[in-house]
Amino acid sequence: MRMKLTIALGGLLALPAHSAEIQLDVEIPQLNVAEYHRPYVAIWVEGADQKALANLAVWYQQKATSEGAGTKWLPDLRQWWRRSGRTLDVPVDGVTGPTRPVGTHTLKLDDNHPELKRLPAGDYTLVVEAAREVGGRELLKIPFKWRGASQGNARGSSELGEVSLKTRS
Amino acid sequence: MKTPSILAAALATTLAVAMPFSAFAHKAWLQPSQTVLAGNDPWITVDAAVSNDLFHFNHVPLRLDNLVITAPDGSNVALQNPATGKYRSVFDLQLVQQGTYRLAVVNSGLFGSWEENGQPKRWRGSVDTLATEVPKDAKNLRISQTMGRIETFVTNGAPNDTALELSGEGIEMQPLTHPNDLFAGEAAKFRLLIDGQPAAGLEIEIVRGSTRYRNAQDEIKLVTDAGGEFSVTWPEPGMYWLETTTQDGKTSVPQAEQRRLSYVATLEVLPQ
Repeated sequence: MRMKLTIALGGLLALPAHSAEIQLDVEIPQLNVAEYHRPYVAIWVEGADQKALANLAVWYQQKATSEGAGTKWLPDLRQWWRRSGRTLDVPVDGVTGPTRPVGTHTLKLDDNHPELKRLPAGDYTLVVEAAREVGGRELLKIPFKWRGASQGNARGSSELGEVSLKTRS
Repeated sequence: MKTPSILAAALATTLAVAMPFSAFAHKAWLQPSQTVLAGNDPWITVDAAVSNDLFHFNHVPLRLDNLVITAPDGSNVALQNPATGKYRSVFDLQLVQQGTYRLAVVNSGLFGSWEENGQPKRWRGSVDTLATEVPKDAKNLRISQTMGRIETFVTNGAPNDTALELSGEGIEMQPLTHPNDLFAGEAAKFRLLIDGQPAAGLEIEIVRGSTRYRNAQDEIKLVTDAGGEFSVTWPEPGMYWLETTTQDGKTSVPQAEQRRLSYVATLEVLPQ
């Protein structure tokens, strides 16, 4: 009994001071267009078979109009919709939120995030997809290590600017 | 009465070309405004026409009398705001349920031709009107049975398969890849069946829409394998028209010697 307790305590003490963490910088570029709407953006983690394993963020119009909230346009995030969105019951706590303005948005997520909590250590791909009303659509992918140290970035050419990622265990 | 087979084939070809409403001569289709939907209150509007160009209205409207809409739970639901104009029919559909809807115009009937006072006569009708409208002792009387299905698919939220169940009549397509999960550059698989049995050797033609804006049909020609299956890798996104036709002697009406079967689907392929 005493020994068991010691092992359990030892296990607790062995936990790192910082939990696994992922930091993302996502730039929504300034666009010179006649009719500007903020883009819908989905950020998720996929495995080798392109299965969506964790939704990190989904930004869409939350304000209700005569057609309801902006969920009508979520399928425009085509890959996210097919991989995950269409089976998801939005809104999702800690994942869905309102659209963001032009600028660089930083997301710092650790393994307390509801979707990352259950994601085992390993190699994954971060996917950022943006679609804009009367605009275009763009999708970027960055490979990374979860519960490990990695760094990566990608640059969009239309709907997304610089996207950079840093992880540590 | 048995006509030599070469003559029969020649006759069938002539008839097919001469029939203005035949799916053999022109392209019949249902085109939904959108196939992948979500939101609080999704609706689609659908165009139905028979045309030369895909998907433009330049020949005749497709009649909606035999339209059947199957909801994700398998029940039949009604269309809304139907109208038929000079070149097209339109209707709306409210997608109340979550899942996949199948929209199908299922035509079955009889086609007859004969000679009267040296003039060729043509007739279209049903088993019920055959006895009263067609003279039994007509010269060169030929009756054939036609069965055709023109369909498309629309999904609200996550796709499901209940509405895709087969009826076992005529040519049907059993999707092995969901028809609302088609992406450019990816292969999709389907199985074609005749009367519920896998149909080997069926010739399929697939044409992407907007043919008016290019100089070739760019059709994809495929043939089903021994299991009735075929696979297509979509070259680019767009609304595609798929057709297959065949004929056999398995008529359910004793007067008819021949059965003509056709199948058309409109499928939307999305960009990667």
